[in-house]
Order: sequence, then structure tokens, then C-alpha cells
Amino acid sequence: MTMTTTNGSPLAAPPDHEDCLVIRDLTVAYQRRVVLQHVSADIRRGQVIGVIGPNGGGKSTLLKAILGIAPVVSGAITLFGRPASAMRARMAYVPQREVVDWDFPVTVFDVAMMGRYPAAGWLRRPGPRDRDEVARVLGRVGMLEHRNTQIGQLSGGQQQRAFVARALAQEADVLLLDEPMTGIDAGTQDVILDVIEEQRRLGRIVLLATHDLVSASCACDCLCCVNERMVSYGPLDETYTPENLAKTYGGPVIMLGRTDMVGRTDRPEPMHTHHPGDHAHHHHEHENLGREHD
Amino acid sequence: MSDPVGWFSDPLQYEFMRRALIEVVLMGAVTGAVGVYVVLRGLSFIGDALSHAIFPGIVLAFMLGHSIFLGALIFGVLTSGGIAVIAANRRVKEDSAIGVVFAGTFALGIVLISSTDNFTRDLASFLFGNVLGVTTTDIGLSAIAGAVVIALILALYKELLITSFDRVAAQAMGLPVFWLDLLLLVMISLTIVVSLRAVGNILVVAMLVTPAASARLLTDRMPSMIALSSLIGAASGVLGLFISYHHDIAAGGTIVLVATSIFGFVWLFAPEHGFVATRVLRGRLTPAAPEATIIFESPEIQTPGRH
Repeated sequence: MTMTTTNGSPLAAPPDHEDCLVIRDLTVAYQRRVVLQHVSADIRRGQVIGVIGPNGGGKSTLLKAILGIAPVVSGAITLFGRPASAMRARMAYVPQREVVDWDFPVTVFDVAMMGRYPAAGWLRRPGPRDRDEVARVLGRVGMLEHRNTQIGQLSGGQQQRAFVARALAQEADVLLLDEPMTGIDAGTQDVILDVIEEQRRLGRIVLLATHDLVSASCACDCLCCVNERMVSYGPLDETYTPENLAKTYGGPVIMLGRTDMVGRTDRPEPMHTHHPGDHAHHHHEHENLGREHD
Repeated sequence: MSDPVGWFSDPLQYEFMRRALIEVVLMGAVTGAVGVYVVLRGLSFIGDALSHAIFPGIVLAFMLGHSIFLGALIFGVLTSGGIAVIAANRRVKEDSAIGVVFAGTFALGIVLISSTDNFTRDLASFLFGNVLGVTTTDIGLSAIAGAVVIALILALYKELLITSFDRVAAQAMGLPVFWLDLLLLVMISLTIVVSLRAVGNILVVAMLVTPAASARLLTDRMPSMIALSSLIGAASGVLGLFISYHHDIAAGGTIVLVATSIFGFVWLFAPEHGFVATRVLRGRLTPAAPEATIIFESPEIQTPGRH
């Protein structure tokens, strides 16, 4: 096993690579600046992986590398035994809200329909089957009544659900969600957690990049902790520890009280990173306002 | 304008006005449709640059007796590539690269055309258009180029849509985003050639931007934006042509002024996104209640001591 976990123990069963998303010693660099290195993971069908780490730590970069749109300088990514770059149509991606042009003249239905494009291929127009499927997934995320609304007129949570619907419409084997929990309402939070759970039952692979440790601990089986390199990868009970989170975020971590808004009790208590000193606070606030660079 | 029918029908007794009418309708419809992509992707500066950069191509083709479409196309592709290559040097920003390339190529065009015998007349007709001098061959070429551009917009609707709206998703889907971008630049180049006779090289960018910007204020759907933009472009062409005929003023400038006036009117009075609707009327209403409370902030924000 090349997999790295916090205490060196491997995952339960040796995974069959034909059934896995396998990342082998991945290094990504923009120009000559290395933004992420030494990422290795074997992710089986039905696993939900939380990708956590500080802003600029490479969470988005890892998702983009899997999608084949970040400059991978070494290492390999395979999905079900084939190079990931040849399997793009089997992967669905929900971008960060900040990178979307919300003034673009498209409706919720148009956005969800884009999920049907990879299967349709060149020149072909979406047919009645595609429209039925789009209507179904819009109903699934509670957005059917807003299908004719231009996306800029929606609330943050509704916007996120429109893009989740697009990913579902693709019927992909791998679902990549980039910060889906940022700036959304509780109802949308539930819908997204529900969708993730459903994808798990369907045997799909879900990667959830988030700096919301609460939702990561609720939804995920494993955590992949990145901070310019992979700090750790492994099951929640090994990686969701104050020591490991401190290593990931580069500072001490304190536990806050229980924030039981998600209703799942079979998970460890949520924790929050703590950066002592006013200076660190100020620094972090600035980081939160800025967009993640990768 | 006491007799509206005669205002339109009288000029059409002349062959050159009938030809000009067909030409401006073609020009308006095609620039309107392509302009939607120029506006939505923020390419107006690139559109302006392209129109200048293909100028030497047109002059060369004209001097050598070849098709000006071919000349424009070759220079359009060369310029697009040139801008991409120069901007790859990180010391030169993309807008500087565009500025360098388009001014340089435009100067080359002026130097080339200055060596011809009818320097002033030729230059003026390229720069400002000469729609009344349009020939049947010109119309035929415009129709073919326009048909190719419109066919591409229809055939590649979903590819161009997702590349414009969500580049990352388009790349993730494995679409050849680089080639689609280049194709769009070629389509813009072809459109510029279609507009050359009607409004000339300098004012083409107005026809690429103004009708589409007006259409954006009137609709929130891509297909209707393309249709409306084409309609506004064609209507500007027709109205501008007739006004210029009756008042004996430059057709190209009048066409662009009509398009600008339509934009001004729409900007003020568009039902949902117009100035009157958004500022004057809606401003009086009480602001809407804030959306559902955000429960999950980022953990960094929830750090104790911050609240």
C-alpha cells in the first residue's frame, strides 16, 4: 500500500483498482510554482472523501487535477483502471460559487441540461429523455418550480442546488464538489448531504472539498488533508483528530461545543480550527474574503 | 416623414438601394448574433483589435485581386495566434499584447494601401464603409459568410454556450476549449468582413457590441438574446440606411447611431433591467427581507473571540 494514513495503518480491504479512483504520488505545479505534492489515495466505489485544508492549500487544485484540468507534473490518476483524462465524461463537477458568472443569461433548467452535454456528444441536441431526466434531478434538489428562473435571481442555496442538479443530470460515477457548503441555507445543506448519501448508496465516489469541518465530519468516510502537500489520508476516526487537524491547518485546533444541526450522531463531535492571536484572525479574515488561488 | 410607406418604398426604386438594403440586413443579423458571444465573454476589446488587425489582410487581398474574405480570415487567425503567443510572456499582459498587435497590423494596412493609386477613396471606403456601392458579388459573399457563421452558431450552440458560461466544466467535459475559442475568433473575423461594406472597419465593433448589449437588457435567455440581438442589428441597419438616404448623411455612421439610440432607449426603459425599472420604480419599494440565515459559516469565521 502506498496509501498514507495518520498512524500508518492501511484502509480496511486492499482495493481492486478496476473499481477505484487511484491517485499515485500526484504533484501539481502552475508554471514553476508547486501548489500540491505527494498526494496518494485509493478511493473505492461508495466512498465519500472530504478534502480539507486551509485556503490556498490545494483543495480545488486536487479536484481539478482529477478532472484533468490542472497541470500535473508527476504522478498518475486512474479511474476504474483507465487514465482519468480518458474518463472525464464519468466525472461531474460542481464549481465554487464565486467562479460562476451569475449574470449569464441561462435559467436553472439550462444549467442542469448542461449535465447532459457530455453524453449527447457533438452536434446532437438534447432530446425528450434528457428533458425528463433534467426535470427529475431538479425535483430531486427541490428546484423544479424555479426551472425557468435566471440563475442570478436565485438565493445562494438555490444557486448551489442548480449546479448540484447539473452534476446529478450527468449520471456520473464520480462527483466532485468544490466548497458546496459555503454561504448556503440550512435547507440546501440538508439537500446536499442527502444527495451525497444517495450517491454513496448508488456506489458512486464523492469528493467534497470544504473548509467546513462540521459537514466534512458528517458526510465523509475518509478525509484527505492537504496543505500544499498531502498531510494525511485515511478514515475519519484516524484523521479527524485535533493533532492531525493542527498539522493540516498549521496551528492549534480547539473543540467547540456540539453543533448538532445535521442530525447525525454516529460521527465524532465537530471541531473547529483555532488560530490564536489577533494577528492570525486578521490574516485569516483576509484569506476568507479572497478567492482561493488554485 | 409624412408618408411612412413612401419613406420606405421611394428609395427602393433604385437598384443600389435595394442592394444596400439586403446588405445591411445581412450585416445587422450576423453581427447581432455573433455579438452575443462578444458581449457575454467580454471580448469587445478583442473584437475591436481583430477588426483593425485584419485590415492589412483585406488590403493585400484587394491589391492582389484575391477574395477579401480569405485575406481577412488568414489575418484574423494569425492575429489571434500572435496575441496568444505574445501574451504567453508573463511580462506582457494580454491587453498590452492586443494593443501592440492590432495597432501594428493596422499601420501595416495603411502603409500598404497608401501605395495604391486611389489611396484616399479606397482607404475611406474600407474605414467607413460604402454601402451604396455594394455589388451583387459583395452581397453573395456576405450571404455565404453570414450563412457559415449562423450555421456554426446553431450547430455548436451547446458547445459555445458551455465554453462561454463555465470554462472549467467545458474543459472537464473534454471539449477542445482552445479550438472553440479560435473558432469564435474566426467567426468574429468573418462577421467583420460581412460588415465592412455597410459600416466600415472602424465602426464594426459598435455593431458587434451595441445590439447584443441591448438584447441582454431585454431577456434572460440565450436563444432569445441571439434572436433579439439579430433583430436589433438588422433594424438598425435598415433604419440607418433610410435615414441616411433621406438626409444625405453617411450610412455607416447613421446605422451605428441608430443602434446606439436603441441601446439608450432600452437601457432607460427595459421592463426588468432598465434604469427606470431598477432605480426609479423599484428604488421606492422597501428592500426585500434578507434570505434565509446562513448557518454554516466557514470554521475560521466561527473562531471564538471573533463575535
